[in-house]
Parts: sequence; structure tokens; C-alpha cells
Amino acid sequence: MLSYPTVRTSLIFLAIALVGLLFADIAITANNPWRDLGNFFLGVLTPNFFSSEGLLTALLRTVAFAFVGVTVGGICGFLLALVYRFLPVRIFCAFIRAIHELFWALIFLQFFGFHPLTGVLAIAIPYSGIFAKVYSEILEEADPEPGRLLPPGTGTITAFLYTKIPDCWIQLRTYTAYRLECGLRSSAILGFVGLPTLGFYLETSFSQGMYSDAGAMLILFYVLIATIPLWVKPKLLPVYILGAPFFLGDGFPIVWGNVERFFTQDIVPSPLRDGEGLAGLIPWLNELMVEQALPGIWNTVILTQIALVATGILTLLAFPLISNHFGGPIRRTSGHVFLVIARSTPEYILAYILLQLWGPSMLPAVVALALHNGGIIGHLIGRQTNTIRLRSDAPQGFNRYSWELVPRVYRSFLAFLFYRWEIIMRETAILGILGIYTLGFYVDSAIQSIRFDQAMVLILITAMLNIGVDILGRYIRRKLALQTMPTC
Amino acid sequence: MTHNLIRKLLIIGLCSLFAATASAQTFIFTAIPDEDETKLVERFRGIADYLSEELDADVKYIPVKSYAAAVSAFRNNQVQLAWFGGLSGVQARSLVPGSQAIAQGTEDQAFYVYFIAHESTGLDRADSLPQEVRGKTFTFGSKGSTSGRLIPEYHIRETFGEAPEDVFSRVGYSGNHTRTLRLVESGTYEVGAMNFAVWEKELENENIDTDAVKVIWKTPGFPNYQWSIRGDVDENYGEGFTDRVREALLSLDDPELLESFPRSAFIPASNDDYEPIRKVAKEIGIID
Repeated sequence: MLSYPTVRTSLIFLAIALVGLLFADIAITANNPWRDLGNFFLGVLTPNFFSSEGLLTALLRTVAFAFVGVTVGGICGFLLALVYRFLPVRIFCAFIRAIHELFWALIFLQFFGFHPLTGVLAIAIPYSGIFAKVYSEILEEADPEPGRLLPPGTGTITAFLYTKIPDCWIQLRTYTAYRLECGLRSSAILGFVGLPTLGFYLETSFSQGMYSDAGAMLILFYVLIATIPLWVKPKLLPVYILGAPFFLGDGFPIVWGNVERFFTQDIVPSPLRDGEGLAGLIPWLNELMVEQALPGIWNTVILTQIALVATGILTLLAFPLISNHFGGPIRRTSGHVFLVIARSTPEYILAYILLQLWGPSMLPAVVALALHNGGIIGHLIGRQTNTIRLRSDAPQGFNRYSWELVPRVYRSFLAFLFYRWEIIMRETAILGILGIYTLGFYVDSAIQSIRFDQAMVLILITAMLNIGVDILGRYIRRKLALQTMPTC
Repeated sequence: MTHNLIRKLLIIGLCSLFAATASAQTFIFTAIPDEDETKLVERFRGIADYLSEELDADVKYIPVKSYAAAVSAFRNNQVQLAWFGGLSGVQARSLVPGSQAIAQGTEDQAFYVYFIAHESTGLDRADSLPQEVRGKTFTFGSKGSTSGRLIPEYHIRETFGEAPEDVFSRVGYSGNHTRTLRLVESGTYEVGAMNFAVWEKELENENIDTDAVKVIWKTPGFPNYQWSIRGDVDENYGEGFTDRVREALLSLDDPELLESFPRSAFIPASNDDYEPIRKVAKEIGIID
């Protein structure tokens, strides 16, 4: 078995994660974590839908920010996809998508403040980068044959619209719809930094232990996501897209002087701002690297590697839950419900909940990342097994799982896992805001002490790290000849 | 049908635009989120109503999610007045030329931090920070808090000559004082540091399990919370507006509102009152 490159790669990653565990801070520090967890589930079972007057408004805002953000991101991303073959465009897109929505929001908050633009751009910018990449991949795979049949002299735009678009339309539409769901999740968590979406109220009720209120919000959020096919209809889209900007709330007027100040003063490294010149910049950067960036990178990488392997293990355990090859309809239905909840809950919210319940350590983060990502990949792999037809005399039960199904789906399983490697790292960094010592912790600390110059350097380092992992992930996928479709 | 909907949406949108312009001169204030939000919203809505009446102007309170967000909103002129802690006030006023501290609570002239410990530590009240806290788990409040971060960190460094990360086995930031209390009470952290006023209020309301958590040390006093106002308020809201806001705050005597802070009264304050805070913050490197 060791002669298979996929198995060898898996074992190497498993070993890295196990070594990482030795260095990781894994503990349950709460005195009575199960009582709290029990209280939380009790809260979900006894939801209080009338807790906050702002709840419905928050839900509306969550949808509005998602629609506007994803629309703007989609349009920009599509335009970028047309010129994606140019290296500078690719680098630019890789860069903007390497920075998490919450980091973008924290940046814009400093000069736009609580203006709707903050939330819209926080979603639209990273989504443009992601859309550009995926759209260009989809367009590239379009059948070139129709283009060759066009009469000579056909304009480029006409050719594009009549040959490429019709061929890719379904993929483009499916992916965009999928992104909208991601947009709802992104929009919800923006509330955690103060925008008027669901996260705002969720944070409030959770931090005060009002689990019935929090439970109601989570239920509403699941319903919102699960009913997307019912309320997002092609015919209604123009209404939503035109209407959404009016439901973002007022916020406060933008003062353009603040924008100028941010770019010309706030983010200029303090030694340069104080006129110490390059001589002061080196020790400043040095201190920043040693005291913040390096510990942050170390913790981010360790947590990412552990979470990646935990995601893999959970996926392999979870996909049989919805697979047709095992058991009856009750298990499959409950399996679906479990996976839908796991993947609909943003990992940030999951980590927040678990941190409140278990106390601070890397454990809540690992579990949150594994649940969310394992939910997504488990769902995709489970569906894939349903297309596999086994011989009628194929083995049953565990043998069927380990000798028939896992080997058949293992390559796409790895493909999804390596595809999500970069996404897991981006999330790991952001979870630092919740108090785990990853890069986000240091970014948040810098912002809390009004040192935007340090925050920007740390965000840039985070972006570089993500780009590095993205490249490595792609290299491994190419080496192992793994192919995948994108997930968010 | 669709067109009708679009038209309705446009009308709603236009109305909200007009609403925004009409309230452009609303006087807006915020406060650092140092306690449970529900309590803050209740307290500061009361203040907003009071100020609206006293100033004969539209006054609104907006809640924020972090100390830094309060400072940024003040700096960006999205709020004109704020209830800051000692440290956030120093940070905010250094960023807004001409801004001034106009009022503080009577208790804020000499404010205290309580170091609290879970009963499992076996620690008792002492006259100084006990050496035994070394190696325990410890939580601050918010990263930008005066009584939850700055002053405790200062005393930890004074006592042990080391950074908190080296003194304790685990250092966390709970987010606010109520949260610190709950985390130490439940034993998630063994030791914590919090605002004494929040402790006393919770104790009075019988919200503390005194068998599980107790105060182990009370720090010396330091200046803390204050109302700070931007320097350009007179220019934008009319001559003498700053003085009127100050007057209104100083003459606030509604016992219920004062109790919600909890403060016995508001008294005049000046920027210089907070010089000790600035010095300490500089010393331990929280500000440059």
C-alpha cells in the first residue's frame, strides 16, 4: 500500500499533524464544559424568537449584505476572469482572496466606520478574487469547437457571448448560487466586528449566556440557508439585486478625510511616520517579526495542519451517513441534517460557541474547522458514492466501506482536502480574533492598540502564508494528478 | 407584480435616504463595551433620552463591539461624545486634536482593580498581589481596557518583574468585566482582574457565587472613566454646545441612571487628570 503516492502523502500529513499535536495547546479548560454544552443544546431546543427587536432587521441586513457583496464580487470577478491569463491579474486576485472577509472588514472599519460600504466591500473584494479564479477555470474548460465554426470576422465579444457562455452557463450559474450561500455565511459573521448583521446579536446573546436567544438566531439562520432553493428564484433575482442596496441600513456618512488619513498616515510604519527613516524601520520590523509574526505563523501552521487532518478523518467517518450503500432512510435523513448543520454553520461561529463552552485552547478551533470542512467534503463525497454502482455480490458493512468505497473515492477526497487546505488556513488565522494565538490574535491586538501599521504588516504576512499554502496545495494536487471542482 | 415590488423598494429606499439627511445633525455618542451589552444599551438609551431633553437636540447612542471601535468612531467623527475608560480616552484624545475630557464619575478619581480568584486556588485576600498566583491561568478583560488590562498588567510587571505571559501558565482576554467574573467564577480561569465597580454592583444584585470566587487583592487607586467630547463640536452643533453637554452631564441626578453606571454623581474632569494613565500605558508599551 505504501507504494501508492496518495497513501504516502496522507501518511506524511498525518505524521505532521501528530507531531503538531505535541506542540499544540489542546485542553478543555472550562470546569464544567458538559453542563454548558447541555445548557446550549437546551437553548437550541427552547428557542426564543422574540428576544430582540432587532432580530428580523438583522436577518434582513444579513441577506442584503450577502446579495450586494456577492453581486459586486461576481461582476468584478467575471471581468477579471476575462483577463485572468495575465500574470499580474492572477497575482492580484490571489492576493485579494488571501485576505479573509473579517480582515477586510476590520480594515474598512477604520476609515469608513459603520457605513454599509464597509460590509459590502469586505465581501465583494475577496469574492472578486475567488470568482475570477473559478470563472476563468470554468471558461477555460469550455468546448473550443463552436468557436471554430464561426464565420471569419466575427467580433471577439460576439464570439464569447455565443460560443463560450452558452457552454458554461450551467456551471457558472451553479457556482454563483453556491457562492451566494457562502456570502450569507460571510455576511452573518461580519456582525462579530460590529456590522448590523446576525453575528452582532449572536455575539451579544452568547457572551451573556442567553442560549435560547442564540438558539433562535441559529435556527433562523439554518432555515434561511436551507430554504435558499425556495426563495432564490431566477425570476426574483432582479428584485433582490435591485432591492438589496436599500436594506443595508444607513450607517454613518463617510468622511473622505479619514480615508486619506488612513492611507497616508495610519498604515505608514511608525518609524517612517516619525521621521526615523530606514534606520528605524529595520529594528521595528525585527521586533514585529520576533514578538508577533513568528509566534503567530507557528501557531497558525500547527493549527492548520491538525485541523486539516481532523477534517480528513471526520470526512471519512461522515460520508457513509448519507451514502446509499449503507443502512436505511432514517440514518440517511439524520445524516443529511447533521451534515447540513455542520456545513451551514460558519466555522467562526462554531469556534466561538465551542470556545465559550470549553474555554480557550486550540481544541475548539480544531473541532470547529473539522466539523465545518468535514461537513462540506463529507457531503460531496457521500453524494459521489451514490453514483458508484457495486456488483451485486459486493461485500457488506465495514468491508464494503473499506475495500470498495474508500479506495474508489480516495482520490477525490484528497483533492477536496488539498483544495480546502488554503481555506482552512485562512480561517485558522482569523480565529485568532477569538483569542487563540494565531496570526489573527496579533492583528486584533494591533488594531485594539490603534497600531494599524503593525496590523497591516501582519495581514500582509497572513496573505503571503495563504498564497504559499495555495501554491503548495496546487503542486501536490498536480503531482498526485488530483482533479476537483471548487468549493468555498 | 415584479415592477410594483421594485417601485415599492425604490420608494422605501428614497425615504430612508431622506431620513438619513434629516438626521445628519444628530448628536451621536458611544461607550466602550465593558459590560454585558444588554445592560449598556439600557443604560445609555436612558442617557440619550436625558441628553435629548436637556440639549433640546436629537441624541442617539450606538453600541460598538470593541474598545478600538469606540476610539475609531470618535476619531472618525461618527460619534462626537464617548464614555471612555482611562486608556481608551487617552488614546482617543491623542488622535483628535482639541478633544477634551469633560466629566467623570466621582468614583473615577480613584478607581480600583480587583484581582479575583476561583476557590480551587485556595487564595485569600491579601495586602499585595500574592506570589502564589504564579503558574495559574489568568484572564484580563478587553485588550484595550484600563481596569481590565492596563492597570493589572502594570501591577503584575511591578510584582514579578516579568511579562504576564511568563508569570501565568495561560493568559486570556475575556472581552469585558462581566465575562471575566463569569470565567473565574466557573473556574475556566483560576485568576482574573476586573473593574471593582462591576464587581460591587453584581455583588449587590446577588449575581456572584461568593463560594466559588473571591477578591484576593485590591489595587491602589487610579483615574478612570470619563466623558470625552470632540473639539469641533461647537463648530458643528452651535457655539457653547460643549458647555451645554458638560452642564447636562454634571447636573444629571436621576438616581436610577446614576445607579446603572454605577456612579454617585458626575464631576468635572480635564485631560490632565489622565496623565498618570498615559504614563503607565507608555511604560508598558501599550501606546507609543
